[in-house]
Formats: sequence, C-alpha cells, structure tokens
Amino acid sequence: MTRKPIQHESLWRRILRAWFDPRGRDTGLVAFALNRITGIGLVIYLILHLIVLSSLTGGEAGWESFLQLARSPLFFLFDVALFGALLYHALNGIRVTLIGVGIGARQQKTLFYALMLVGVLLLVYAVWLMATVA
Amino acid sequence: MSDNGRPGPKRPVTFKILRYKPGLIDPPRYDTFVVDADPRMTVLDALEEIRTTQDSTLLYRHSCHHASCGTCAMKVNGREVLSCVTNVLELGTPVVTVEPLGVLPLIADLTVDMTAFAEHFEPSGLKLLRKSEFNPQAERPEGIESYTRFENCIECGACISACPVTNTDPDFMGPAGLAALYRALVKGDELPEKLYPLADCEHGAWRCHTGWECTAVCPSDVDPAGLLMALRRKLLGYKIRRLFGLKA
Repeated sequence: MTRKPIQHESLWRRILRAWFDPRGRDTGLVAFALNRITGIGLVIYLILHLIVLSSLTGGEAGWESFLQLARSPLFFLFDVALFGALLYHALNGIRVTLIGVGIGARQQKTLFYALMLVGVLLLVYAVWLMATVA
Repeated sequence: MSDNGRPGPKRPVTFKILRYKPGLIDPPRYDTFVVDADPRMTVLDALEEIRTTQDSTLLYRHSCHHASCGTCAMKVNGREVLSCVTNVLELGTPVVTVEPLGVLPLIADLTVDMTAFAEHFEPSGLKLLRKSEFNPQAERPEGIESYTRFENCIECGACISACPVTNTDPDFMGPAGLAALYRALVKGDELPEKLYPLADCEHGAWRCHTGWECTAVCPSDVDPAGLLMALRRKLLGYKIRRLFGLKA
C-alpha cells in the first residue's frame, strides 16, 4: 500500500510559524507579520468604533459614559497604540505598493527602515499633541 | 578554525532532530543527539556523525558537500539553509534544531518529496543551461534527454519553504517558479503572450505578499523576490498595453 506523504506540522501551526515566527527570519517577514497584526487590529478597532458610535442612538447619557472612559489614562495608551498601528500599516503599505510593482525593490530594507523612522517621528509628535493639546 | 588551520577544541552540541518513519515513528517526534563539534564541523558533518555513530536509521539527503547541488537544504534553528555549509558552532546555540523543509510533503526524517517544487518550474518552460557545470559527455539516466537548469538556482527548495504564502496556498506558483518565469520572459525563448497569462492569475505573481524571505534564505543569490517584483513591473506594463489594445 502506498502511504500518502505527510506534512510534519498541522496547517495552523505551519501558518503561525510561517507568518508570525520571527526566529531565524529577516526584516521582510517582520514587516509582513506586523502588517497583518496591525491590519487585524485596525479591523477590530473599526468594529469597536461602530459599536461605540451606535451608543449615540441610546441618547446623551450613553455617550457621556463613553466619554468618561475615553478620558482615562488607559484609553490614552489605547489611542497611542491605535495611532502607532495606523502609521505602521499606512507607511508599510506605501513600501509594499512601491516594491510590489518593482519600484525600489532592491532597496526594500532601506525603504522599510526609512519609513519606520518617519513613523516613529510622527508618532512622537502625535503623542505630544494628544498629551498637550487634546 | 584555529590559526594553524587545524580543527580547534571540540564543544558538545545537542541536536534536536525531527524524526518520522511511516508506520514506525509516526506521528513525527524530535530526537536529541549530542555531538562533539569542532570549529569546522557543519550541520551535515554532524548528521553524518550521528548516522555513523549513534543512529544509522537517520535519513537525510546530501550530495556535493559544497553548496552546489542544493540537495541538503533543511531548516536549522527555524531557517532554511544548506546544511553542508552551515557551521555548527557559528550558529551560537547550545541546542541546534534540525527540521526538514516546510511546505513539501515529508517522506522520512529530514527528506521531503521535491516533486511539487519541480512542478513550479514547469509552466515557464524555461530551458537554461548553467554552462559552467554542463557536461555534454555526462551519462544521463534512462528517459532523460538532456539536463536543464535555471541559471544560478540550485533548486534546493529553500525559497518555497521560507515563503509565508506557499505555506498557506499550495497552488501559489512560488518564488522559484515565478523567478524562472521572469527569466524565460527576459530570455525570450517563450512568447510573452504565453507567459504573461501564467503569471497574471490568482496563484501567480500578484499572490506574493512581499515577505522577502525567499531572497533572504536563497543560498545562491538568485534573488527570487527581486525577480518576482521585476516580473510584476513587466506584467503591469503588459496589462496597461493590453488595456489600450497595444501589442504585448
């Protein structure tokens, strides 16, 4: 009887390792993994955002209780993480779009680090704005 | 290596090796072996020592011992390498994990079925000879009319094992196949009208998510990701030209 050759890892374990395990990997996979993580995070945020907005239908009281929560230090950290994820996803998206059509493909690592530097600077500026102006 | 070129002092290194024998070691498991590694020992040397002195049932593939044939590609500490040129002590880990390539079906221990990888090359119809290694007088196996090769690619399979997309989409043409397709386009043996539609499909060039790991692990500097991106650029031009009814 001919035995069917097997994969030594289950599909899910293989996906997790191939997509998200940075051990032994290079910049490209880290960028790829972070893009997916931030992408999933932004989708979850969008759903939460719509749920929160729907509280407006319950009148002023419901909205006020959310605003109280939004002023807490924990929510501030959430805002910083959200903006960081947004910046990462947008800037890496620019990189992926460019190299994805063959523009600057050989410089993809440099492009990644340069855009991440821009992202860090923008995030620091945004945090300063949120902490002082808002 | 010591200054005089002779092997230096040995250090014990633990090898954690994936084992699988249909019906015997099934499901797969990890076995550990301790080897005294000298500074020149490669992972392939260590496997040979384990096979010779500790477990003669250990299965792995190898041939040339100098990074030319691509036969001994495997995952060492999670990264695809040619075991024949991967120095054990330079890995810097007390435990060295050795696994077969991913994606490809496991046959036994560290050997995988390369058929699917070879099939990735077929669509391009690429017929390129690496002339430096081509010996017209060489004896050919029965049924093989001639040897063909994709330039620097040594067909080790490291790229598709490292690619996050081939790990989830078995129908993806893969970095090696698409890079071969690009080379076929550039070389001009095949008509662009035949090659473009092959790349411009659901499992073709656009399926790549630019993880760039294929290029990072390629032991032959083929740069499959770079070639794939060049292919996309050509493809984009082709699609635009087609949109305006111009020639491919």
